[in-house]
Amino acid sequence: MAEVRHNASSLPLSRSGLSVASWLRRLRTASATERREWLLAFCLLLPAAVMLSLFMAYPFVRGIWLSLTNTVVGQVGTFIGLQNYVILWHDDIFRRAAANTFIYTAVATILKLALGMVVALMMNNLLGFKRILRASMLLPWIVPTVLSALAWKWMIDPTFSILNWIMYQLGVIRFRVDWLGGPVTAMVSVILVNVWRGMPFFAITLLAGLQTVNPEVLEAATIDGATALQRFWKVTWPLMMPITMVVVLFSVVMTFADFQLVYILTGGGPTNSTHLFATYAYQLSIATAKLGEGAAASLAMFPFLFLVVLFQLWYVRCGEGGKGEA
Amino acid sequence: MSAKAANPSRKTPQIPRRVVLKGAASLASAAVLDLIPEILRAAQAPAYLKGTKLHFLQWLNFLPAADKVFLEQTAEFSKQMGVEVQVERIGMNDVRTRAAAAISARSGPDIILLDNNSPHLFADSLVDVSEVAEAIGKEQGGYYALSQANACAGGHWLAVPQHALSTGWNYREDWLKEAGYTEFPDTWEGFREMGKKLKAAGRPIGQAFGHSENDPNTYCYSLLWGFGGYEVEKDGKRVVLDKKGTLEAVKFNTAIWKECFDEGGLSWDDSSNNRAFLAGSLSVTLNGPSIYLVARDKFPEVYHAMNHAPQPKGPAGRFYFLPTRSAAVMKYSQNQKLAKEFIRWYMAKAQYGKWFGVCETFMVAPTKMWYGDPVWTKDPKLTMFRDVMKDARAIGYAGPPGRKASESMAKYIIVDMFAKAIQGTPPEESLAWAAGELKKIYGA
Repeated sequence: MAEVRHNASSLPLSRSGLSVASWLRRLRTASATERREWLLAFCLLLPAAVMLSLFMAYPFVRGIWLSLTNTVVGQVGTFIGLQNYVILWHDDIFRRAAANTFIYTAVATILKLALGMVVALMMNNLLGFKRILRASMLLPWIVPTVLSALAWKWMIDPTFSILNWIMYQLGVIRFRVDWLGGPVTAMVSVILVNVWRGMPFFAITLLAGLQTVNPEVLEAATIDGATALQRFWKVTWPLMMPITMVVVLFSVVMTFADFQLVYILTGGGPTNSTHLFATYAYQLSIATAKLGEGAAASLAMFPFLFLVVLFQLWYVRCGEGGKGEA
Repeated sequence: MSAKAANPSRKTPQIPRRVVLKGAASLASAAVLDLIPEILRAAQAPAYLKGTKLHFLQWLNFLPAADKVFLEQTAEFSKQMGVEVQVERIGMNDVRTRAAAAISARSGPDIILLDNNSPHLFADSLVDVSEVAEAIGKEQGGYYALSQANACAGGHWLAVPQHALSTGWNYREDWLKEAGYTEFPDTWEGFREMGKKLKAAGRPIGQAFGHSENDPNTYCYSLLWGFGGYEVEKDGKRVVLDKKGTLEAVKFNTAIWKECFDEGGLSWDDSSNNRAFLAGSLSVTLNGPSIYLVARDKFPEVYHAMNHAPQPKGPAGRFYFLPTRSAAVMKYSQNQKLAKEFIRWYMAKAQYGKWFGVCETFMVAPTKMWYGDPVWTKDPKLTMFRDVMKDARAIGYAGPPGRKASESMAKYIIVDMFAKAIQGTPPEESLAWAAGELKKIYGA
């Protein structure tokens, strides 16, 4: 078998094994055109890099530092190591918030994926009014979270709930449902609102993915006698996997760090049954002015989210590496 | 050559010019200091550079009329002093967030109207305003204990108390009469009996037990204290929640939840009971006079039918949890002197009296002089609110209203203790949970 030599500059960075030394060598031996391109790329990336550094990297590093100190508002704290994390570990409310966050994220994401896929499939087969229906579908996603949360709060208010009224008129319920009053119903309600808000994101992204599925493949499956369900499960779903993974992982990150919705609807109640990492971190930092402990509660999300992002990067690179095989 | 040598015929002794000028300056400055009020009244200007701005951050008052008067007074002060006072009004729940951000950044409003015991949380960042607070207290009959507790620490005033929000039981007189009551019960047992009859008639009592800032705390702390329970001893260290009276309060509340209350209260926020009462869904609810004042304009049938009553007495007495607000001057402010003058000015009798009158008993003054103000007797249905400050306590009782007391309230320990029992947790267990959480907070 002939040995295949690859030009380092044509390989993806991850597989080229470029070290700093070889990168500097490239820089020295590069042509004027290549140097101009690199300079242009650098200049175009610089504003984004500055923004990320100022508004993401710096607060993140500062947050880590804060979580290792006993800083309160107005006072410079001293280094206390992992004591804040130890305090939180023994904090019953924090443990509850952690459990709530995982449940909230898992259930909401699965529901958004399922409903989003159904809507995307329906949208893909529309015969008319495509633009207006697709635009309407995006409305929950576009409306500011606070406004939609307030509207939902009114709709599921125990005294004035329009939802209860409709269900009562239809004979579905005989007594009002206190949507936000019980530990289970409150969690169900916040998940419901999150799904309502987030489903359009899934639907529009999955719809874009469906548009890339080659119709000839589906026709071939139909000719071979596959049912609609078989076509979806054996043809469409595997072809949609890359974009599905991307949208699911993005959604997991956003849902895990959710704040506004729960803050408006329940404030973390009743009896901490809907507290999430973000809402509890806010409560610690602002209501008690304990910035160190609040930072620690907020950073507790980081390990899980880091794993999610790593998995996403690995998945995407696996896809790129697969395409690069000789 | 001296003057005397130059003119030997002069007989009048010569006073050095320097002495004359010095004496005149001393007399003038003393006169000016004494005349500052007159200078203000004469609208002559000031000792401040042109273009000086003072930034005052406060909550958006539930009573628009109160803010209107305050803004007019601010404009008057600005004109008299030749400065610009900017009043920024934001949502009640956002003030503490802004304060935390401003203190961390060491930049922002010069004066912030802080709620409850927030002055204790931010003590290191606040200017000592003892001279202003004490002068006002001296002129106006002294402060109520609650106002002093929330704004004063270690003998130093961290902020100047401005007001407390009054609270009482709002009730439908007509529905109570139908249930056989001509007066609102004065004991918790009487309250329970009344509540049973009202709920049986489809007109329950309403109370929030969710995670909103005012209503749940207002009720739960008052009930706890009324039964003799409290969080810590005076030393602020020993947690005694599980020692005295608390279990009885939790059991009592759990019983009346089913017997008397609208059972949607676990999901209510601070405005839910207002809406429900005005809509005719409730017969009784704990609130300030805001329901009454809104009803006067928009719900006349409710307005004419309702009245107010004080907290019932428990075995340990009658108590209130009242939200307070105090004006704090920030240490980072470049206009500390002006800030103190502004606070001194708007809290003076002439200005404060006008603002207080417009509040129509929704706010209670922090000083005792205003107990006799005509605003309390203008409408007999509002008179009971003047007594609430006498029985008010600060959070963290019997200890100081410091950071640990704030943490307890921020985590809704007391509210959730009652709420867990309502949801089905045995009262002993929910009390044990609350006491355990308090012990972690107080480090016991």
